[in-house]
Order: sequence, then structure tokens, then C-alpha cells
Amino acid sequence: CRSLAARLGPVCLDAASFSRRRLSFGPQFVYTPESADKSLGETSRMNLFQAVTSALDNTLANDPSAVVFGEDVAFGGVFRCTVGLKDKYGKDRVFNTPLSEQGIVGFAIGHAVAGATTVAEIQFGDYIFPAFDQIANEASKYRYRSGNHFNCGSLTVRAPIGAVGHGALYHSQSPEGFFAHLPGIKVVIPRGPIQAKGLLLACINDPDPCFYFEPKILYRSAVEDVPVNGYVLPIGKAEVLIEGSDVTLIGYGTQVHVLREVARLAQSELGVSCELIDMRTILPFDEETVYASVCKTGRCLIAHEAPLTGGFGAELAASVQEHCFLNLEAPVRRVAGHDTPFPHIFENFYLPHQRRCLAAIKDLIGY
Amino acid sequence: RLRQSLLGRLPGLSNARRLLSAPPSGMPPDDEKPMFPGSRSSFTTQLDFIHPENFEGIPVYRLVNRRGDLVDGAPEPTLAGNKDLCLQVYETMLQLNIMDKILYDSQRQGRISFYMTSFGEEGIVANAAALNPNDLVFCQYRESGVLMQRGMELERFMDQCYSNDSDINRGRQMPVHYGSKDHSFVTVSSPLATQMPQASGAAYAFKRMQNGLCVVCYFGDGSASEGDAHAALNFAATLDCPVMFVCRNNGYAISTPTSDQYRGDGIAIRGPAFGIPTVRVDGNDVFALYEVTQQARQLCLTEMRPTLIEMMTYRLGHHSTSDDSSAYRSVDELSFWDREDNPIIRMRKFLTKRGWWSDEQETATKQAIRKRVLQKFAQAEKRLKPNPMEMFSDVWARMPPRLRQQMEDTRRHLEAETSHYPELKNYKPVADVE
Repeated sequence: CRSLAARLGPVCLDAASFSRRRLSFGPQFVYTPESADKSLGETSRMNLFQAVTSALDNTLANDPSAVVFGEDVAFGGVFRCTVGLKDKYGKDRVFNTPLSEQGIVGFAIGHAVAGATTVAEIQFGDYIFPAFDQIANEASKYRYRSGNHFNCGSLTVRAPIGAVGHGALYHSQSPEGFFAHLPGIKVVIPRGPIQAKGLLLACINDPDPCFYFEPKILYRSAVEDVPVNGYVLPIGKAEVLIEGSDVTLIGYGTQVHVLREVARLAQSELGVSCELIDMRTILPFDEETVYASVCKTGRCLIAHEAPLTGGFGAELAASVQEHCFLNLEAPVRRVAGHDTPFPHIFENFYLPHQRRCLAAIKDLIGY
Repeated sequence: RLRQSLLGRLPGLSNARRLLSAPPSGMPPDDEKPMFPGSRSSFTTQLDFIHPENFEGIPVYRLVNRRGDLVDGAPEPTLAGNKDLCLQVYETMLQLNIMDKILYDSQRQGRISFYMTSFGEEGIVANAAALNPNDLVFCQYRESGVLMQRGMELERFMDQCYSNDSDINRGRQMPVHYGSKDHSFVTVSSPLATQMPQASGAAYAFKRMQNGLCVVCYFGDGSASEGDAHAALNFAATLDCPVMFVCRNNGYAISTPTSDQYRGDGIAIRGPAFGIPTVRVDGNDVFALYEVTQQARQLCLTEMRPTLIEMMTYRLGHHSTSDDSSAYRSVDELSFWDREDNPIIRMRKFLTKRGWWSDEQETATKQAIRKRVLQKFAQAEKRLKPNPMEMFSDVWARMPPRLRQQMEDTRRHLEAETSHYPELKNYKPVADVE
């Protein structure tokens, strides 16, 4: 059995300095390290932010046109994703911008239009909204509206997202739902360091503008042996992490790890066999893998931190019921953040907690 | 921590603080110059607010006056030393003007859906003439003159306005949303000022590429109020981007006069605030415009930094075919600029006085241009619209399966219901695309 500290996961990393009465907040999960394909060669122990640094390092080393920028990027970034890069590649390639998200993304789009590889950082996903006009009206439409004379495909925008235990309204949001609605871009969310590096490199090399959202709570808590060389993982392909027969569980980012625990509890408490899918790419999403799974199990539970109404789960649910209707034993269920702003002290009751997911599975089985 | 513990132990804490945070040697310890990060001015005991209304305003650079005479004491303009270029610029302005008249009328006749003219602002042709043809241009929507000066064929303008099968944009955009990579002219998009920070970023890339080119970014007096405009100027300045910002201050943003748009000294005053070398110029004086553009380009490339040109001008036409400006401005105001002060009439006067132009040439040239424009217009009007399935390509670099399914469903629907879509006869045949 796991130790108490491990069970509580990352929220206890600095528990030693706090009193025993300190409440524990944030997504409840234990990170299960994965291993990389042996063919990818030498590995090094990295957490998620180090995996991001590694991907950026590979990019800057191999692509002379590549630059990385954003607020506080030069000294290493508030989440340490760019540590060491300025010293290694120079301040013309790794630099700070003034404090303006609309400026950062607008500037980044233009830099990509000129043909150069561009990786822009938005400090928190919660602050991406001033850039939404540039993303919705410009980046996503650049190729289409110009008859393919111009494009900003060499653009990747990175931002940390998701619950962190104490982030409240403005340091916890999951904005992927807004971006799922923009034909022309790609939206990718990794679940761990090996995934993070491969998917980020795929985004950087992708011919479309990509929005890459990093679950911030995993930056330090997710640690694996990550290949040091560059490699890409497929964009637009979901991954079945656990095969099962009774219920399909669908999630992405941090929620994948919560759902792992849910699958384990479903088996031990309910005798239910769950199949777990990590979407990995929100747009364009992998329909084939999802439909195949739900047609097999007949039951579908989608879980995401973002609020329920109009969330990405709504698109998945609509598509699943359309394509799997005759195979469904129960309605498609979503367990999501509530339709409220992300609260501070109530975080544990807001998130799609493993017990809420388990209760939903009970409903699905008993339908 | 070491400094803090030292401060704690030394007597006379404030003295110690000054010693330990003392400026580099040579500077007096008692504050004669502010030492705040980034400070470069001095202290004062005089409490004076800066009152912006007391500032006379940045002067307007002008070489040739409304009568077509070189202003007393003005140096000989560079453009005036090149007769061929002068005539080419003038004829291009005439062509722009005539094409605008014909296309504006064609919208009123229901032949194209929408149009925007450049009446009163044709001088932009002179600005374009001073650029390198490979300088990347980002614009707003009233800069067709730049594209025309760069040699975009007449039929390309019309094809775009007609959204036909020869349209570069493949029928996807409203009229006047031109773009052409062959002419280094980034495709127009309707949202205002979005092109501005993009221009800063592209210029940064050009700097790194060391390609000897600059980026030119056009925007209007209204667009300058957008957040993107401020971000663009700030980024260009802090990141040393060789981008020439050109503001067409034509007095109006649709119906909003500049007196409702800003309270400061126009757009030019904002340049120095961001740390950008700036000039204000008479946008209806092609000679001044050419001069200023040459200098700005030179500055951008030798110093690797942005420049800002505010070209003062007047929008003679309505905002667009969806606007009737008589609702918000007087006929008197309009007719003054139309008769006395616009780029075409002023350049014509100068050229005529130089003996390089005549009334006969004016008539003959306009006739020839009109004939040419009408001919290309008729050709564009006859062309079919693109295959409707082109609606589905270029969204992503490669069409994803979900979108491909939508395309196939649409194609099948149109094939089954052709009789209910009579407009299909005006399009190329419906066929799946990659």
C-alpha cells in the first residue's frame, strides 16, 4: 500500500513546513510514471517542466530560426520551463517581452508569418484571453483567408493550465473549450513528461498554429525517465491507457491520473472494468479511438476540470451519442467543474473528484 | 542576507544604506540624479504638471504646397529629380482612382457585394514607391495603392472583388481584402490593428535573418486606439524591430472624427512615448511622403529599430459602400479637400508647372486607363466562382478526417439537391478537394 504522502500526491511536497491542521487541496491522484520506447535512446530523469525545457533545447539546437519568448522567459520562467536557455542560445533567441498577452501572440503570429519557428509562452492560461482576438480572428484564419499565400503554421503557444490546489479563479482555469471551437488551430494537452516532450516537439514541427496547454500541477509532481534526444508523438491521436469492458473513461491532462484511480476503485469497489482514454489532442480530436471504445463498452464517462456547460465534454458527448447510439446502455455522462468560477477554499468540492466520478460510474452501471 | 545583517549592525542606518546601495564611483552619494531603474532625467523642486494643451504639436513636414509650388526654402525633393518615376507614380494614382470609381459603382449596381475606395489617399502610392518591393507589407484595408504600385495586375483586384475562380483568396473573403505573397503584401483582414504586433514580430524575424529588408505596417487614426496598436509600438521599440509604422490619419474612423478618437497630439506624439523616432508628414504631398519614407527606411535598417510616420490626409470617399458620409460631415468640408488638397490634384499642378504634364495628356491617359479597367472588369465579371468544395481546404494544412466528412456530406447533399441550388450554375463544378 502507498504511504500517506504518496497518496496525497504533490500537495504534500512541502508539507513538512506546515502544521498538521493544513487542509490538502487540488486534484487527488498519484502520478504513475511511464517509460519511453527503448528505441528513443538515452534517457534522463525529468519532471514535466524539465521535459518542456528539453524539447525547447532540442528545438533551439536544431532550428536556427527558432526563438522562445514571453513574460519572464529570460531568467528561466515562473515555472522554470526555460531555465538555462538564454545563456545557451543568446538573448536574441530567448527573451522577455513586455507585459501584454495580445502583444505576445500578435508578435508571435507575425514572426511565424515571416517563416521562423516561434514558441511563445503565456504565463498562465487564465491570462490568454487578451490574445483571443489574435488567436480566433488571425492565427486560426491566416492560411484560409489568404488562399494559402500566407500562414502562421510555425507558431506554437504554450501556457500552464489547470488546478494547482490554491490557484482559485485566476491561476487554475482550463480554457481548452474556448479553443476547441476554432477551426484552423490545434490544441494539445499532455499527461506527463514523456508525453509532454514528444507532443510539444510535434506541435513545434506541425504546419498549423498549435496551442499547447501544460497541466501546471504536474510540472514538479510528474517525474519520468525522458529521452534526451528529440522525438515526436502524434497529434490528433488519443491513447487507450487501460483496456476494459464495462465503461469508457475519457479525460486529458491531470484528470487522466484521477481517472486511473477511479478505474482502480471501480474494479475494487464495484467490480466494474473501465477502459481509460487520454484524448491528448482536443482539436482535431480522435473520433475513431473514442467511438471504437464506447461501441465496445456501451457506457461513457467524460471528466474535465473546466466547467460543465459548453465544455469540451459537451462536444465529445454529442459526437459519441451520434455515432454510438445503438450501442449505448446508458446516457453519456460528464463529471466536470461546476458552472461557477474556479473557487479557492472550495477547490476539492469543485473539481471532478474521484468520488464524484465513481458515483457517476455507479449511475451508469445501474441505469 | 549578508547585506541585511551588515545593515543591522552598523550605526546610522540611513548612512549605511546609502553606502551599501551607492551608485558606481564618480557619482555623488547625495541624490543629484535619480537612481531609479531606468531613470534618465533629473530632480526638480518645481511642481509643474505637463499640460498637453500647451504643447504646439509636432509640425507637418511638407515640400510642395497646394498650388503645386515648391515651398520657399524647401530643398529639391528626391522624387522630383526622377521624371519617369514621377509620371509612373502619377499614372498609378490615376489608375487607382479610376478603378475605385468603377468598382464603387459596380457595387451600387449590385454586381459586387461591397467596396472601399482610396479617394483622397492615393498618395500612398508615393510611399510605396520608396520601399523595396520585398519589404513585407501589413496593412489595414485602404492601401490598394501600395499593391498597385508593386505591380499587382488589374484583373487580380477585380477577381478578388468578384470572389471568382481566379481570386487568390479562393472566394473566401469580402471584397478589397487583397493579399499576394508575390508582392510581399500580407492578406488584409477585417479586424483593426491586429496586423500591427504581427508586423513587429515579422520585423524581428527579418532582423535575425539579416535580409536587408524592413516591414511596413499601415493603420488608420481609429485603429491607433486599439490595444494591439500600443502593444505593437511597445514591442517594436523594446525588441528593436526594423518596422516602419505608417498611420493614415484621414480625419475619420467611419463617422467618428479624430476629435472623438483622441485628445492628444494625434498619433505622432505617441511614438516618442514608446521610444520610437517619429515624423508627421503632409500625406497629400507625394514629394514629402517619398522623402520621409526613404529616410524612415534608412533609419530602420541602419539602426535596427522601428520608425513611426503619421501621414496627415483626408478621406474623400465614404468609409465604404455601406456608409453615407453626408450623414456626419458637411458638403463644404468635403468639397474643399476635393478641389484643393488631395494627392492627385497637387501632384498634377506640380507636374504641369514643370512642363511634364498637360491637360491633353490628362484626358488621354484617363481615357486609356478607363478603357483598360473596364476591359479587365468585364473579364472578371464573366468568370465562374470556385468549386464550392474549396470552402473546406486550407483550414488546416491538411484536411482532418472530421472536416473531410463534412465536405463529403456537403458534396453529396448538393449533388442530390442540385435543382434547389440554382446558383450552382455560376460556380465551377462541385468536386472533392484535398
